[in-house]
Amino acid sequence: MSELLFDIHEPGQTPLPHAGDAIAVGIDLGTTNSVVAVAREGKPEVLRDEKGQALIPSVVAYGADGTVTVGAQARLQILDRPQDVISSVKRLMGRGLADVKRIAGQLPFTVDGDEQAGMVRIKIGGRSLTPVEISADILMAVKARAETVLGKTVKQAVVTVPAYFDDAARTATKDAARLAGLEVLRLVNEPTAAALAYGLDEGAEGLYAVYDLGGGTFDISLLRMEKGVFQVKATGGDAALGGDDFDHRVAERFLAERGFQTLTADAVSQVLVTARVAKECLTGREAGDWMLDLDGRLSHHALTRPELEAMIAPLIDRTIAIAKTVLADAGVTPEQVKGVVLVGGSTRIPLVRAKVAAFFGQPPLADINPDEVVAVGAALQAEALTRGSDTLLLDVTPLSLGLETMGGIVEKIIPRNSPIPTAMAQEFTTYQDGQAAMRIHVVQGEREMVDQCRSLARFDLMGIPPMAAGAARIRVTFTVDADGLLTVAALETTTGTEQQVSVKPSYGLTEDEMAEMLRASLAHAKDDMAARLLAEARVEANRSILAVGAALGVDADLLSPPERAQIDQAIARLDAACRETDRQAILDATQALEGETKAFAERRMDRGIRTALAGMSVESLEKVAEPVKPGA
Amino acid sequence: MNIQAQPEGLESCVVACWSCKGPASPRALFCSVCNAVQPPRAVDHFQRLGLLPGFEIDLAQLERHYFGLQRKLHPDRFAGRTGCEKLYSQQQATQLNEAYETLKDPMRRAVYLLKLAGRAADADPKGTVSDPALLMESMEAREALAEAETSAEAGAVLIRAEADIASGIADLAQAFAERRLDQAEKLVLRLKYLSRLAEEARAHKARLARSAGE
Repeated sequence: MSELLFDIHEPGQTPLPHAGDAIAVGIDLGTTNSVVAVAREGKPEVLRDEKGQALIPSVVAYGADGTVTVGAQARLQILDRPQDVISSVKRLMGRGLADVKRIAGQLPFTVDGDEQAGMVRIKIGGRSLTPVEISADILMAVKARAETVLGKTVKQAVVTVPAYFDDAARTATKDAARLAGLEVLRLVNEPTAAALAYGLDEGAEGLYAVYDLGGGTFDISLLRMEKGVFQVKATGGDAALGGDDFDHRVAERFLAERGFQTLTADAVSQVLVTARVAKECLTGREAGDWMLDLDGRLSHHALTRPELEAMIAPLIDRTIAIAKTVLADAGVTPEQVKGVVLVGGSTRIPLVRAKVAAFFGQPPLADINPDEVVAVGAALQAEALTRGSDTLLLDVTPLSLGLETMGGIVEKIIPRNSPIPTAMAQEFTTYQDGQAAMRIHVVQGEREMVDQCRSLARFDLMGIPPMAAGAARIRVTFTVDADGLLTVAALETTTGTEQQVSVKPSYGLTEDEMAEMLRASLAHAKDDMAARLLAEARVEANRSILAVGAALGVDADLLSPPERAQIDQAIARLDAACRETDRQAILDATQALEGETKAFAERRMDRGIRTALAGMSVESLEKVAEPVKPGA
Repeated sequence: MNIQAQPEGLESCVVACWSCKGPASPRALFCSVCNAVQPPRAVDHFQRLGLLPGFEIDLAQLERHYFGLQRKLHPDRFAGRTGCEKLYSQQQATQLNEAYETLKDPMRRAVYLLKLAGRAADADPKGTVSDPALLMESMEAREALAEAETSAEAGAVLIRAEADIASGIADLAQAFAERRLDQAEKLVLRLKYLSRLAEEARAHKARLARSAGE
């Protein structure tokens, strides 16, 4: 007992209680491939299968018998039974029905569902699944890979997302991890994770750009690395631009060469696979020939690297234009950038490297495998969050957040590239006499008109007391946490009665739906939830024991021996409860300890105030300024 | 700089730590007894970052203090902790970010100093201009920008605006040093207009460069 009482750590350095054999991993949940890595004492290791493969293709096959296959095995089935196999689901994360229908025109997705609010569903293998559920299946396979290689349970992870992911897509990613039985320690932006991997490796200092072109997304971030601090200065990108689009250009050419033909979804899959193979081959070769056998008709297609480059150059130019904007945002010229880090499989394309090198005036860095670098950074961050670390990531919000005002104009509340966490507030007023409610429409994006931005959430602030138009003061506060997730609160401030509504925007997936999915998809979901609540109660109990122990360490003389004995007993009872698994008993014992120490706390405060009074005449001279009232 | 009224009550010299319930200094980030992170107190941005209030600040020192405090208070340091600790760390980090963003930018710093002195320099962020000289200057610059047909011409407007901003900031420093707050207020208004102009010139220049295929 006593060693527990005085086991006081530096702030932020306390090891997790009851961490046991569990270990936290870093997961790069990619559009095309996913990778998992772990870091131990600052040494990252990518977790590979028995064949040495790190990449887990983000492809899921749903069998008629209810089996779910993920990875290379699933990818092999694309050509045989495309109706049961889904890939690139990351492009659908957090998307509305309209977005998905647009993408579905290009990809072999069949959208299920109507115009009703709620998350889109994809028809696959005779089932109807949300992108969140499909991503959860990928994450479960990733988790299984990690557990097999490590021989340990994996319950916590740092999961990476494209920096340019909006709030809905971030929320969807976090939900998917929850469904897969993983607690997300932090969502980290992919370019930031890559920088972390490089920074620690190279001891780099100065301004670095991370150019991340993956299968479905493009991100560019500008970071300053200095003495263990990774400060993101600006970030930008396109959440729907990547290697998949290169495949489409090639596929379109092949199809044009075959002449007009109406294609089934299966045939589209096949053309896309061939196009991808052609693109990848032309990274190492100057030319090649490919064959398509669709609906019983064979066709041959020749393609040279210059031809491929002519097709994809406009897409790469778009990434360079975005890079220009991001540098301008940060007030930086390309010459000031000390190094450029390449991330994502699409950066293997020679033309991408050439254009990046030309823009920044230097050859880019690619010593860490661009497919693995993000997972490595995520693993380092996972270790930092669970075991403590000297490095610090200071990230920013990639897109401006605002509200719809009169005439469909966006009023920006949090501008893009604001460091997170952040909270900002703006006041609005009513425009009609006696107006009792106000509609709050939260949007994300850089355009000035609401219909050109992404709609995140709508809610009504009800119960505004009747007042003349313009008299009410409605304060809307936006809070963005360290994961980049937004919470919005609205408050009427002129009257004594304050009304407050908080929303957690999530594209269509309600808490109820989430709970239902947890029940449906995981037999052990209930146990999982119970285990989490138990762990939380233990963490809180442990904090309480440490706090009382610390107080006894300085003020024990305020207690009579019987009083002291009472408190020691309450601590012992709580400690004993923590060794058992009855959450309620822990909560009760925590409560009991609070009660038992109440008088002690009062005496401590009295003593503190007396001491302060004695020293005040001296202290008040030192004061430059004093808060208006304590507690912000 | 005279900042805020100072209520010299007991509550301003001792507060109760939320965790061990004992006395804690209102300025402490962590309880000296139990080490629990404390909620942020209502202090001004300069105090929060350990700087003396004023327009002239040492930016390297600002950054050093900001990084040092974030190292201790950022939510990443509290990932496995209780709800309260996570919440307070998020609030602390949020306040630090706001203070840092405000103080590192000369214009925002000036506006903030004026606000601390009881002057509402940013009452209307879209700023209707009432100073006739400024109005004249503004109209001429906008005309020049509207007439710019090449990115070089728009670039010239941008270069002049940026030079004006730099000299405006120097004037501002002097006005604060001499405690001429009316003058500082005027300069802030002018700088606001100039930075809007620079922003528009930058956008216009980029547009012209794009359409010329540069």
